[in-house]
Amino acid sequence: MEELLKVNDISMVFGGLRAVSNFTMEINKGELVGLIGPNGAGKTTAFNMLTGVYEPTEGTITFEGNLVNGKKPYQVTAMGMARTFQNIRLFSELSVIDNVKIAYNMHVKYSLPEAVARFGRYFSEEEEIINKALSLLKIFKLDDKAYEQAKNLPYGEQRRLEIARALATEPKLLLLDEPAAGMNPQETHELMEMIRWIRDEFKLSILLIEHDMSLVMNVCERIYVLEYGCCIAQGLPEEIKSNKRVIEAYLGEEVS
Amino acid sequence: MNNIRKRDIMSLIGCFALYVVMQLMIMFEIIGPFWELNIVLIGINIILSVSLNLINGYTGQFSIGHAGFLAVGAYTGAIVTVKLGLPFELALIVGTICAGALGFLIGLPTLRLQGDYLAIATLGLGEIIRICILNIEYVGGASGLMGIPRHTNFAWVFLVGVIVIFFIKNFVNSAPGRACLAIRENEIAAETMGIDTTKYKVMAFTLGAAFAGTAGVLFSHYFYIAHPASFTFMRSFDILTMVVLGGLGSMSGAITGAVLLTGISAFLAEYPEWRMVIYSITLIVLMLYRPQGLFGNKELSLKMFKLGGGNNGRTAEGK
Repeated sequence: MEELLKVNDISMVFGGLRAVSNFTMEINKGELVGLIGPNGAGKTTAFNMLTGVYEPTEGTITFEGNLVNGKKPYQVTAMGMARTFQNIRLFSELSVIDNVKIAYNMHVKYSLPEAVARFGRYFSEEEEIINKALSLLKIFKLDDKAYEQAKNLPYGEQRRLEIARALATEPKLLLLDEPAAGMNPQETHELMEMIRWIRDEFKLSILLIEHDMSLVMNVCERIYVLEYGCCIAQGLPEEIKSNKRVIEAYLGEEVS
Repeated sequence: MNNIRKRDIMSLIGCFALYVVMQLMIMFEIIGPFWELNIVLIGINIILSVSLNLINGYTGQFSIGHAGFLAVGAYTGAIVTVKLGLPFELALIVGTICAGALGFLIGLPTLRLQGDYLAIATLGLGEIIRICILNIEYVGGASGLMGIPRHTNFAWVFLVGVIVIFFIKNFVNSAPGRACLAIRENEIAAETMGIDTTKYKVMAFTLGAAFAGTAGVLFSHYFYIAHPASFTFMRSFDILTMVVLGGLGSMSGAITGAVLLTGISAFLAEYPEWRMVIYSITLIVLMLYRPQGLFGNKELSLKMFKLGGGNNGRTAEGK
């Protein structure tokens, strides 16, 4: 299998706190990988390093052989990584379709004069963006709400829109930060189906941060477990389920 | 897409009709010299408020140094016509470019700041520009630059105003404009969607500053004089008030704000002792009942009057 993302021994130090320490991970093309751990384990910090929000204090991250360290978030997105947020961050005053259109901005070729005077590639490209955005929204069953303000959507649909928006950047690796947060079991189940379907339909790799063990165990092919910034286990869901240290981390140690 | 082109042509025809009507009324002296002056002033204020709206309303960067760029345009324009004796058209271009260049230079370092801090920095920079001009003997120092020929007339203001409005309207409805809106809505999310936030913030700031410069050239070439006292931070606040009153992020709002406030001030010219009182009360009442501004962030459209037509007017164009 071809390697897509390679995380080599990264650490993140905030003052005296080692939020993530010597974390190593690799994701292959087409894989669905999970990153779990109790609260405060450093999952989101690891995520932020991958997406360029933080620069790791030690270690290197490479994406398709290119170094990610020191890149700004928008450059990382241009390399082919897109993410969603734990707390939804939509462009809430804008319409649903505008949210998606903004994500296509990277691929727009027309220049500022063409946009302002409206000639040349402006009309054809704008039309293409609208069509692409609408078909993406249709996949996520949001096309009938395309012109509503994003903030007026119900919670589950906002989550869906955030994923749709991330996909509009045409990523090779999709990073989902707790996509099931605040969802009921039924919605979580639907989300599970959707994540698998996205992977197959868009032919990309997915890295999932999650609290919900059932979701992770059912969807992910490989799992990394973080605790206190350290990777305490990795492997197939079956192995993780029976790993003693993971059980301790989640349920506490046995009283002897 | 043909609809958009059709709508653009229709609005241009509408603008031209409005121009013809106004121009005829001025020619046949239905509008007297006092109101002609105020109409020109309204036009200049529209250019200013629309350009400030690009920075404050659409991109969400709170700038209150607009008078500084107005001053740069006014003075560089005047230098071109008075000191160098070159044509007015060139003055317009030079004033625009100089103010834009200065906006670019100032924007690059200051746009790292956010919210209140950016407001204070731009306020300070506006004052720095004014104080600098005050101390340059070449442009007349504290007594101002006098003897500027009157080149500006209603036709010029109208033409420039329409160009600026169309420029900004088209900008906001394009990819770079959407990037600016995304920055206003959520800077972190915008960055992760592949938008170079610094680039677009500086772009909006530069364009806004450049148009303020254009307004400055028109201003100094109408009132015969460019004086540092016309460009204090109070002038910046005037423009900001127009934008906030109309509704941040609404083109119709910025235009209405400029027309309303300049109009009120002209109506009250006969009652100088009551002028500021009534002006202030109007503002207080409006802010109490419409804190989001007259238009919010919506645009004037027929849809606004339909029930449930609560769409963001900006995107209605894409349909």
